Amino acid sequence: MKDIVLTTALLSSLAFALDGQIGIHDPSTIVQCDGKYYTYGTGGSSLVSDDGWTWSRGGTLPRRGLAPDVIHLGDRFYVYVAANIGAQPKAAINLISSKSLDPASPDYKWEEGGVVASSDGVEESNAIDPGVFLDPTTGRLWLVYGSYFGFIREVELDPKTGKRLHPNDTPRDLAINCEASDMMYHEGWYYLLATHGSCCRGADSGYNIRVGRSRKVTGPFLDAEGIDMIQGGGKLFIGSESRRIGAGHFGLLDLGEGVQKFSMHWEADLDRGGASVLDIRPLLWQDGWPIAGENMSNGTFEIESVRTGTALELAVEGMPVGGRPVRRPRPPGAPMPSGSPPAPDGIGGPPAGFGGIFAGTGVPIPPQDVNEVAMKWPAGPIDLRLANYLSQAQQKWTVTAMPEAGGYPGSPYFKITLAGTDRTLAASPGLELVVVPAFTGAPEQLWRFDQLADGTWRIMPKSVSGSKTPVALSAIGSSFPTLEKFDALSAKQHWLLKAQ
Amino acid sequence: MRTFRTHHRFAKIAVLFASIPLLNQVASAQLPPTTLTKPSTPEKAPNADGFIQRWVILEPIGAQGLTEGAVRAEVSKEYFPGQLTIIPHDGDRVTVAGSELVWHAVDTKNYNVNLFHFARSLSKPTSDVLFWAVTTVNATQEMHDVRLAIGSNAASVWWVNGQEVIDIYGDRQTVIDDGVSHRIDLKKGANLIRVAVINGGGATDFCARFLDAHDKPIRGYTVTVGPLATNLP
Repeated sequence: MKDIVLTTALLSSLAFALDGQIGIHDPSTIVQCDGKYYTYGTGGSSLVSDDGWTWSRGGTLPRRGLAPDVIHLGDRFYVYVAANIGAQPKAAINLISSKSLDPASPDYKWEEGGVVASSDGVEESNAIDPGVFLDPTTGRLWLVYGSYFGFIREVELDPKTGKRLHPNDTPRDLAINCEASDMMYHEGWYYLLATHGSCCRGADSGYNIRVGRSRKVTGPFLDAEGIDMIQGGGKLFIGSESRRIGAGHFGLLDLGEGVQKFSMHWEADLDRGGASVLDIRPLLWQDGWPIAGENMSNGTFEIESVRTGTALELAVEGMPVGGRPVRRPRPPGAPMPSGSPPAPDGIGGPPAGFGGIFAGTGVPIPPQDVNEVAMKWPAGPIDLRLANYLSQAQQKWTVTAMPEAGGYPGSPYFKITLAGTDRTLAASPGLELVVVPAFTGAPEQLWRFDQLADGTWRIMPKSVSGSKTPVALSAIGSSFPTLEKFDALSAKQHWLLKAQ
Repeated sequence: MRTFRTHHRFAKIAVLFASIPLLNQVASAQLPPTTLTKPSTPEKAPNADGFIQRWVILEPIGAQGLTEGAVRAEVSKEYFPGQLTIIPHDGDRVTVAGSELVWHAVDTKNYNVNLFHFARSLSKPTSDVLFWAVTTVNATQEMHDVRLAIGSNAASVWWVNGQEVIDIYGDRQTVIDDGVSHRIDLKKGANLIRVAVINGGGATDFCARFLDAHDKPIRGYTVTVGPLATNLP
């Protein structure tokens, strides 16, 4: 499935920016508390969201500082906040913790945890931009931090308290020429992500996120060319694109079931007046390296099952594009093309030229007009099926964002209509599928698209009447789609979206 | 290229047979249905992969076309009384368009039921034909949210307990689990499975099994021709 990433990563250049109040700089890793999403930025700012799509201003932390990071361990949220002490690079990273991030909760009580790392203003380090990482293989907790006054450094924390372990040990140097570091683990590798380039210059900011990896949590972290990040190495993960300038501050958002996303900020979103804004994108993997995926965007697609290679279609009788094949007379004396198969249009001797069913019409065949072929289709609800893709009208689906209907981390819900019609894909009771005559805005007609680690897509209805279990579009057998609980390890629920 | 080669080959065969009248029927009569046998037990379990291996099949009826419209037209005709309700037994006879056709109970050795073997062994045509086949699944308890999963060469329409559950069209091969029904329930006792397979030309066969909620084959039932213990041919 590795090649799928290459073919589908180009899907979108016009994905939707997050909705609501998304202005933030240096956002922390996004965490969930009591069903809400939270992130904290420089200067005490915070954002909160019910669904990960529409955001609003949140409360202010009791400690303001630079680029906080947050992790949920046990029953507490541990927030690390850095602040310069006087002029850079003299700085300290302080720990605060609370059982809740919701200011309305009785458990919203912050406790000070003290300094976990610092820089004295002379040493080759600037103790800001903390990134906290729990090693899933050992349960050990680590903090990376630093900026351009020297090294990105690493110290170990106590996962029971969030405080520094072995405070007298010398921090380990991991990287240079970067800031906003963070770590993650994937299939036997530790990844150090850090932001290169200049920040805080609006549309002139060269911020870009780079990555190195190591078999050990303590490094060395090498990029894809084998260059150690402590020598300036770093494979590009994401940089400026289209009308969004300067990518910084990676944060992993693992939604479970094999669905990973990441948070970051753009230094300048040109469509929002050049403001620094939050973004959430799919996290893909290719050949052991993280890839920045794309959120879904409007378009018309073939929706093809990775499992079967067959395409989602309205269960109606298809008509070949250009009409059913007919045998046409071969032009007199026309030569046979070299290597072409014999035409099956005669039994009485060798062909005199290229004709028969292989000759075509000689002119381009226009796309099938759905309004012509749809005249024989039933007016009411119609079933779905999977079939070989033949570029027929009943196989092309238009995906349109419905931002007013809410969303999920990174993206709004979409409606899926048969291209050129109002016929709308809907989840039906019994966890099956149906195409209804028109879109009504009902939740079973709203669809969530999550790009998966291999670049394919998970497609889920917002809800299904009578079912509390989230389900995803699934290819069962070769020729039929259904809705089933998502299984990241099964190709049944992985779909390719091929732009038409 | 597969479609072209197939049609090309059969075009040649058709030309050959056209020059030797009745050779087809004579040659066919000499070839036994190597994959099919008469049932010799009261009931039969699905095979290790859950495939149903016992059916009662009606001798073929002439039919034309594999497109959805053509197949629906053929299947919606009433060829004989009660064609969507009867539970046939081996040796039962019906009259279709003035010709008497016989139901034959068969066990297949394979996952699939080879209709080409079936028809050829009876000196019946194998191309442009419609086969009706019926079997009974005897469940010891109710089964919920199961799926009938089939493959057929070529088009086919399927019913479970009188309810149409699958229809697939076109010149297709028997792919395991090609067509899969919505989730259905099987009742305790006899459940009637009925299929109409329409073939254009060449090979023709079908396969069928039930899948559980995890898409795994179900084997916890027996198969009979007619309800259990009433129908040994």
